[in-house]
Amino acid sequence: MQLPYYPGCTLKNHAKHFEDSAIAAMERLDMPLVEMEDWVCCGTVFSMSSDDLMLQVASIRNLVRAEHQNLSELIVLCSMCYNTLRRASDFILSDPENLDKVRKFMYLEEKPFDGTVEILHLLSVLRDRIGWEELGRKVVRPLANLKVGGYYGCLLVRPEKYAIDDFEAPTIIEDLLGALGATASPYPYRLECCGAYQTVTNKDVTVQRTYELLNSARNAGCEAIVTSCPLCAFNLDQRQRETIEQFPDFDPMPVFYFTELMALAFGANWDPEWTKLHFVNPEPILRDKGLI
Amino acid sequence: MKRIGVFICHCGVNIKDTVDVEALSEFFMSRDDIVHAEDYMFLCSDPGQKIIKKAIAEHKLDGVVVASCSPTLHESTFQNAIEEAGLNKFQMEVANIREQCSWVHNDKPAGTRKASLIIGASIEKLKLNESLEPTSAPLTRRAMVIGGGIAGIQTALDIADAGYEVVMVEKKPSIGGHMIQLSETFPTLDCSQCILTPKMVQLAKHPNITLHVNSEVKDISGFVGNFKVTVERKAQYVDPDLCNICSDCSTVCPVLVPSEYDEGLGWRRAIYIPFPQAIPASFTLDIDNCLGLSPIACGKCAEKCEANAINYDASPTTFEVEVGAVVVATGYDLYPVENIAEYGYGKYPDVVTSLQFERILSATGPTGGVVRRPSDGAEPKEVVFIQCCGSRDPEHHLSYCSKICCMYSLKHAKLYKHKVHDGQPYIFYIDIRAGGKRYEEFVQQAISEENVLYTRGKVARIFNEGDKMVVFGMDTLTGKKVEIRADMVVLAMAVVPSYGSDELAKTLKAGTDKHGFFNEAHPKLRPVESLQAGLFLAGACQSPKDIPDAVSQASGTAAKVMVLLSSDRILHSPIIATVDDDLCSGCGICIGTCPYGAREMDLLTRVALVNDILCEGCGACIAACPSGAAQQHNLTDDQIANMIRVIALGDE
Amino acid sequence: MTVSITRKDIKNELVDKIELLSGQNVFECYQCGNCSSGCPMVDYMDYTPNQVMRLAQTGAIEELLAAGTMWVCAACLQCSSRCPKGIDVAGVMEALRTINLRNRVGVITPDDISTEDRRELPPIVLVSAFRKLSG
Repeated sequence: MQLPYYPGCTLKNHAKHFEDSAIAAMERLDMPLVEMEDWVCCGTVFSMSSDDLMLQVASIRNLVRAEHQNLSELIVLCSMCYNTLRRASDFILSDPENLDKVRKFMYLEEKPFDGTVEILHLLSVLRDRIGWEELGRKVVRPLANLKVGGYYGCLLVRPEKYAIDDFEAPTIIEDLLGALGATASPYPYRLECCGAYQTVTNKDVTVQRTYELLNSARNAGCEAIVTSCPLCAFNLDQRQRETIEQFPDFDPMPVFYFTELMALAFGANWDPEWTKLHFVNPEPILRDKGLI
Repeated sequence: MKRIGVFICHCGVNIKDTVDVEALSEFFMSRDDIVHAEDYMFLCSDPGQKIIKKAIAEHKLDGVVVASCSPTLHESTFQNAIEEAGLNKFQMEVANIREQCSWVHNDKPAGTRKASLIIGASIEKLKLNESLEPTSAPLTRRAMVIGGGIAGIQTALDIADAGYEVVMVEKKPSIGGHMIQLSETFPTLDCSQCILTPKMVQLAKHPNITLHVNSEVKDISGFVGNFKVTVERKAQYVDPDLCNICSDCSTVCPVLVPSEYDEGLGWRRAIYIPFPQAIPASFTLDIDNCLGLSPIACGKCAEKCEANAINYDASPTTFEVEVGAVVVATGYDLYPVENIAEYGYGKYPDVVTSLQFERILSATGPTGGVVRRPSDGAEPKEVVFIQCCGSRDPEHHLSYCSKICCMYSLKHAKLYKHKVHDGQPYIFYIDIRAGGKRYEEFVQQAISEENVLYTRGKVARIFNEGDKMVVFGMDTLTGKKVEIRADMVVLAMAVVPSYGSDELAKTLKAGTDKHGFFNEAHPKLRPVESLQAGLFLAGACQSPKDIPDAVSQASGTAAKVMVLLSSDRILHSPIIATVDDDLCSGCGICIGTCPYGAREMDLLTRVALVNDILCEGCGACIAACPSGAAQQHNLTDDQIANMIRVIALGDE
Repeated sequence: MTVSITRKDIKNELVDKIELLSGQNVFECYQCGNCSSGCPMVDYMDYTPNQVMRLAQTGAIEELLAAGTMWVCAACLQCSSRCPKGIDVAGVMEALRTINLRNRVGVITPDDISTEDRRELPPIVLVSAFRKLSG
C-alpha cells in the first residue's frame, strides 16, 4: 500500500536525511511513501488569530491540490507541517463564511476546497496501521543496547485536540523505539519546548534550552534522542555548537530523526550524506552499537 | 354557586411592576361570579392573611383564589389561613402570576392580560373543587442509614438515642469511613481516631442499632414511612461472634494485599481485620484475594483458628428491611490521581495523595507515625503540598472547589513540621479558603509561627532528578517562576462522591448533580432532605464537607428523620387518582403506567383500584385511561378543560 | 507605581480587539498561574503570562503592546493546554503580536539576518520567525 506524503520545505534541504530515511524505512515496510505533486510551503506556523484567513491559504492550497489528486489522506513527517495543516483545515471548515472566502480567493485552483483529506502524522500511521508488535517483527537490525530518548516537543501533543497521543503522558515515540529494539528512556523534559523560532531573535535562550533538555535526557540514561521536527532538530543539534562554547560541562549528544533509526532497524544502510547534515556526528555511537 | 373571592398580591414590586394589580382587582370585582376582589402589597404577611380571613367572614366566601408566587412557596400559608377562617383548605387555589408571569415578562399591558387569564383559569378550577381531607397510613418507626462514616454514625446515634430503631448498612468490613484513616483533625489537631472510636463503640453497643457490614442496598420499594429495602450481605467467612481477633489466621495467610486502610502504602493479608479498632471487631476473609476456599488450595487459616470461627461454606445473604426513612451517608472518595499525568503519580513513589500522607502521619500508619517517604524510607526534609489537584479545573477535571483541601493541606504541613523540626513545608495554593470557626487563625499561626511557606500559584509539572522531585511552580505574587527540589510531594486530590454511589442513586431513584453528588430538596431551606419523600442526606455524599460540617448536617438529618418517625401515622395528600367503577373496563393500562405501583386490579370485579398512600397524584394513569374512568381529585377532566378554555379563549 | 483604573478601562476597545482576535474571554482567568509555571520562556518575559491575562482584565493592553512578552513567547502552547479554564493563553499572545504586526511593529527584519545565518538557518526556522515576529 502506497502512502501519499507531504514533505514540507525543510525536508528537501536541511532535513534531507529525514525524508531519505523515511522513504528507505517505509519501502522496507512495503508501504512506500509517494510524494504528492505541486505542494507548497504549509506556512510553518498556524496563525491563531481569528481573522488571519490569508495566513491559512498556504496550508489550504496543499489540501485542495491533494483533493484534486484524489488523495484521501496525506502523511506528514514534520511535526510543524502536521500541526499547521490540520489546524488550518479545521479552522477554515469550522466556519462557513471562512470557507466561502477561502474558496473564492482560490478560484484559480482546479477545484474548490472541501476538506476531505485526512492529515496524519507518520508516527500514528505506524501505530494504528501496522502496530508495534508487527513493526518489531520487521526489524532485521535491532537497535540493541542503544539507549535513546524520544523528544516530542510541542506540536505532536499540543493542542490536546491535535495530539497524536496522550497530551501529558504520550508513549508513541518510546513505543516505536522499543519495537525497534532500542532502550527508550522517558526523561522529564521530553515535552518541553526547544525555544522554536526564538532561535533567531534569542539565540542564547535556545542554547540554554538545549543545554537543559539534553542534560535531562543524559541524566535519564539516554545516549541520543530522536525527534520528528526539523526546527527542534536544528535547536537541539546545530545549536550544540554554541552550547559547547557556553557550557564547559556540556557533553554533546547526537540527535536523530526517528526515521533514521527506523531505516537502520529495517535493514537500510546508513547514508554518509546523512552524517553531513548532523552537527554532532552520530556515526561513533552507531558504530559502537554495531549498527553501521 | 360558590361565593368566590380573588386576592391579588403585589409582592412588593415583583408583581406590581409588570402586572397592573389595581386594574385586575377592579376587573374581577366587576365580574358577576366573583363576590369580592382586592389587592395588597404582601398577602403572605400576617396583615395580608388577615385581609383574606376578614373577607371570608365579611362576604361569606366559600372559595378563594390567591394570585401570587408559586404554590411551592406559600400554598400552605394560604391554606392555613382559610382553614382558620373555617373553610376546607382545598377551597383555595394559588394562581402563579409571579414566576410564570411577572418575572418572565416586561410588557405591563401584556403581563396584566396574562395574569388575568391565569387567575381566570384558577377561578374555573376552584369552582369545581371538592372539600377533601388527607388520607393517612401507618408507618414503620425505624430508619436505615447507608454508610458508616462519621456522618452516618452521627445520624444513626442521634436517631437511636431518640428511641427509634436504626439499621446501618456499610459496604466495607468496618464502619469508620475516611475519618478513621486520618491522623489529626483541623483546626484543633485532636487525634481523629481518639474522637471517632468512642462513637463507633457506642454505635456497636447501642440497643437500637443493627449494623450490617459488607453489605449493600440492592433494591427499594414502597414509599415514605413504608419502605422495603433489600440488602445484600457478602459472605464474611468469619463468624464475628466467634472470632476473638487473636490474628492467628492472618499470621499464616500467605497472601499479601495492598492495604485499603493504609491507602496502598502498607500490606494486609487476605484474611484480615481492617484496623485494630474495627467495628465489628472481627476478621474478614477477602474472597477476591484468597487462594481458594478449600484445604486443597490453602486452608491454612481455618486449620489455625482455635475458635472455629472460619467457615468456608458461608454464602452471601439477601434480606429485606422495613423502614420508614432512609438516610444516604455514603461520603466521598478522592478523584483518580492518575488523571493528572503531569504530577507523576505512579511514576514517582514519593508523589503521594493527601490520604496517603494522612497514613504516613498517623501513629497507626505504615511508618508508625514517623514521617518517612515511600521510595527509600528517608526522612523528607523538603515537602511540597499542592492544592487544587483536580478541583477548580473545568477544562480537564472538576469545576468545583473541594472545600476541605485548604485546611487539610495546612494541617499536613503543620503536623509534618511538628514531626520533622528542621523540615520545610511548602504549600502551592490558588486561594486560601479558611471560612470556618478558628480556621483563619489556624492558617495565620502556621504562616507566622511555623514558617509554612505559602506560594500562590499552580504547579505545572513535577520532574524527578535523582532522588529529588523537581517542582515547577509560579509565585504569582512576585511574578517569578519557582523551582523546588523536594524530597516528597503531597497532592491535595479533589473530593468526589464515593465510588458506587452513582449506582446507589439509581437504585434509590435519588437525584444527583452532574458530578454525582446527591441533590438536596432545596439548596438553602431543605438541605438535608432529598426531593424524594422519606429519603434524607448526610455528609459528603451531598457536597464536599469537613468533619464539623458533616456532623452538623448529620444531626440535622437525624432531627428531620425523627420528625417523620414521631407520629405513628403518616398523612398523605388527597390529591390522588380515583376510579369510576361504572366506567372502568378493566383493561389494566393504568397498572403498567403507574410509576409508583399504586394501581392494581380487583380480580373479582375487574375494576382497577388505587392505593391511596402509594399514589402520588402524578396523573399518568388518568391521561392513559381510555374510558375516562380514572380521574384526579380536584383535577378532573372538566376542571382542566375549563381552565384551558379560559386560557385559550379568554375570559369574556 | 499607582495605576488609576476607571470603568472606561474595563473591556475597552483594545480588550475587545484582543478577545475578537483570540476568541478568548480574558475575564475567565482566575489567576492560578499555571500558564506561567509551565512556560519555558517565562524567565525572559517582562510580564509573565498570568500577568498578561491580569493586565488585559484591567484594560492595560497598550502597556502589553509596548512590552516584550509576546515577542518572547515561543507559541509552544503549554499554557493553553494546561489552563484549568481552557483559555488559549497562547492565542492571547498571538492577538497581541497580531495587533503590533498589523501596525508594522515587529522585532526582526530580513536585514537583521546575517549572511551566515541565512545560509545556516533552515527554511522552517526563517519562515516561522518571520511569520511570528516581523511586521
